[in-house]
Amino acid sequence: MTADIAAILAIDGIATGAVYALVAIGTVLIFTVTRVIFIPFGDIAAFTALTLAALDAKQLPGTVGLVVVLACMACAMEVVALARAGELRAVPKAVFGYLMLPLIVVGIVWLTMRFNPPMPVRIVLALLLIMPIAPLLDRIVFRPIADASVLLLLTVSVALHFALVGLGLLFFGPEGVRTEPLTSMAIEIAGVHVSGQTVLILTAALVFSGLLFAFFDFTLIGKALRATALNRTGARLMGIRPARAGTIAYLLGSLMAGVSGVLIAPVNTIFYDSGFLLGLKAFVGAIVGGMASYPGAALGAFGVGIIESFASFQSSTLKDVIVFSLLIPILLWRSLASQHSEEEVEE
Amino acid sequence: MTLQQIRLIIAAVIACLVAAPFVLNPFSITLLNYIGIYSLAAIGLALLTGVGGIVSFGQAAFVGVAAYSTAWVTAVNGYSPWLGLVLAVVLTCSIAAILGFVTLRLGGHFLSLSTVAWGLAIAFLFGNIDGLGQHNGISGIPPISIGPLALVESRQIYFLIWAIVVAVLFVCYNLLDSRIGRAMRALRGGNTLVESLGISAFQIKLATFVIAAFLGSLSGWLYAHLGRFVSPGPFEAGMGIEYLMMAMVGGAGSILGGVVGAAIVTLLKNTVQDYLPLIAKGASGQLEIVAFSALFILFLQRARQGIVPFLASFLPDLKQSRPQAADPLPLRDKPEPGTLLLKVREAQRRFGGLVAVNNVSFEVKSGEILGLIGPNGAGKTTMFNLLTGALRANSGEIAFAGRSITHDQQFHIARAGISRTFQHVKLRPRMTLLDNVLLGTYSRTRTGLLAGAFRLNQAEEASARYEALKQLERVGLGDKPFELAGNLPLGNQRVLEIARALAADPTLLVLDEPAAGLRRQEKLKLAELLRSLRAEHLTILLVEHDMEFVMSLVDRIVVLDFGSKLCEGEPAAIRSDARVQEAYLGGVA
Repeated sequence: MTADIAAILAIDGIATGAVYALVAIGTVLIFTVTRVIFIPFGDIAAFTALTLAALDAKQLPGTVGLVVVLACMACAMEVVALARAGELRAVPKAVFGYLMLPLIVVGIVWLTMRFNPPMPVRIVLALLLIMPIAPLLDRIVFRPIADASVLLLLTVSVALHFALVGLGLLFFGPEGVRTEPLTSMAIEIAGVHVSGQTVLILTAALVFSGLLFAFFDFTLIGKALRATALNRTGARLMGIRPARAGTIAYLLGSLMAGVSGVLIAPVNTIFYDSGFLLGLKAFVGAIVGGMASYPGAALGAFGVGIIESFASFQSSTLKDVIVFSLLIPILLWRSLASQHSEEEVEE
Repeated sequence: MTLQQIRLIIAAVIACLVAAPFVLNPFSITLLNYIGIYSLAAIGLALLTGVGGIVSFGQAAFVGVAAYSTAWVTAVNGYSPWLGLVLAVVLTCSIAAILGFVTLRLGGHFLSLSTVAWGLAIAFLFGNIDGLGQHNGISGIPPISIGPLALVESRQIYFLIWAIVVAVLFVCYNLLDSRIGRAMRALRGGNTLVESLGISAFQIKLATFVIAAFLGSLSGWLYAHLGRFVSPGPFEAGMGIEYLMMAMVGGAGSILGGVVGAAIVTLLKNTVQDYLPLIAKGASGQLEIVAFSALFILFLQRARQGIVPFLASFLPDLKQSRPQAADPLPLRDKPEPGTLLLKVREAQRRFGGLVAVNNVSFEVKSGEILGLIGPNGAGKTTMFNLLTGALRANSGEIAFAGRSITHDQQFHIARAGISRTFQHVKLRPRMTLLDNVLLGTYSRTRTGLLAGAFRLNQAEEASARYEALKQLERVGLGDKPFELAGNLPLGNQRVLEIARALAADPTLLVLDEPAAGLRRQEKLKLAELLRSLRAEHLTILLVEHDMEFVMSLVDRIVVLDFGSKLCEGEPAAIRSDARVQEAYLGGVA
């Protein structure tokens, strides 16, 4: 391996790592606020890419069907839950939040698509369409068992991923997609060719992490989210509803995953099931940060990207084996580094 | 229900299993074959996840390692399937032992995540190794032969599969009812509890992990020779969660649940495959996984208990006979009353900047009851944890019976003769009183894994059961040894913990706030029990808040305040000590 190749691999790895970093940050966000290890996050990213590809092809994306189905289910569950609790007055608000809002989003997309919007608008539409999915899934799947152990939530989360992959095939079909490049520019840094796409990926990763950081530090909702992450009961006593904080976390996380999906779509061919590996690799990064630290997760994700890039140069078939085998020493290191208190498994 | 009736039911079920292939059509037999094969993997997972509390997503990978091993031995290299079985078992168990050795120290969800990781990594390997046919898999696997008889038809291999399943069920039930099995069932109570009983949690977890993999390897071996073809598909992550689903639907804590779960999932899958095309033409493949995942999620939300425990709750209770008199278990050599038993010298423990225990020294003499008291935050619990090995001292030394235990692991200290109880009662609520106390005899008994699984050491088991009953009677709980521990009121639960500690035949009994939360009558009874133990020359160290309780009971008192020792002496002297009064009541203004 020459220095040139190493440089190319490194840049490639950093670009991939940036995509993983966005998903990893979203994973950490959701875990800290809701204690759910949201394995289907990669699927959200992949679905964004598929949605964008469908919009590019001037088709109605499968996401529309998915959102409508999920919205109906979530709304029905919420209404039933409210009726049982005898809080019928809250029903209109629930119908608006869980049914109307997602449908309005779908309507906006449907209307805008009639005017052949340019690329940036299509990206925004794709992100808009993808954002309701995770909060709706949260309502349907995780809210009824919000107080269960992390282990049970994880099991549910893995099962949910497989359901989503099946739904993905149903709504998007088996074809892989690759969207048109966002930019054709290229620059040269110290004699190494760097594509505009790579620069764009890095910039986007930095901007969105920065925005998240600002959101946490400078807004009241952001602070409420941090409070929930630190201590759910304490936050509840301060008038913060954990369920609402969870919804916001899922929305924000989906945005991060969606952006990463948009960024990776022109580089890699995305299939309905590509999300699993994307999500898990981001997840390896998140674990480096102990599922708690955002900079740690981002650094870990970059590390995964670079290792994967070099591993695929050595042996393209075994790169995934290498990446996942790496998780075990990382987990060991984390478990030694953190003095976690003992948690008894529930009966 | 009596044991006799249960034996009759088992005999009837086995008769049905034997008769099945002569009655059913070939398709149903094939279905039964797959149910049997999946059962084996699911039973392994029921042991690991349900009994041991270790959620594993990687069982499918172990099944795959075994299936590919035997395929490689037989189809690629042309040797006998029995040699394939040897390699399958050895390789799978070795991989499990190595993975377990590396990962089983991880806590809770981190451990489960690691199973996702190696499960994926192993599944990727199958599809990417040249010698294993890559994504095309290996075909032309020969059938298993018993002597001259080749098990070609599904009717023939049926008997082998179900003979193995029935044998595995018997062995697993024996195992769970033995010394090692009880330790496995205790794993869910957390490491502190398990280690306080003289059990190495890591060793037991590793054993459980390897057993689960072993059952997976049997499943994989049969799978390869039933289908006569292996490819990466059936061993991927999706199947890992399907096995987990089988184990949990059946009832994760129950061995029989593995078989029931495998049957339900397999039959359901079959039905879904039949009917889904009617609902949505051409989309059945993807809908199947959606339907399954949705059902699993619904199950986890609504009925985590599982089917077998649910049904078992309708059955009449099993009438068990009280343990009969048997040879006593060997006793420890006890030190002469009055000799030095425990010596704590300059022990210090810091948490970051906070010094929780600051250079504390005291001694405990054999045969006395020593009280360790102090206001909230005085460092009593930390001191307690240092003594029992739950925490390590930063400096200083702790010696027990003339030997330093400062750096010993918890279970070594427990085996050396220090038994403890817990401030927040740690019992296994779903185990009987007798089984809970039997846990205490772990360090006094020797029966190993295989001896327990094949019931080879019944004499020792009988002695242990009799010992446990004697301890239950000693503390006054001898009338209902087969009651579940979770059904006892708190006072009796504390007493049960003491019985469990006594079953270990300790030299030193350390009690962490035994009177907390007890009513007055219960406290009086507890004090009476402790006095009777002292009369039998047992040494007791007591951490307690309740002044009246301590003063009336103990021989000497050590007072801690802000991590340091304030004073030491007889109860009357402590009661009148100005420093103690100030620490508890505040200074005189």
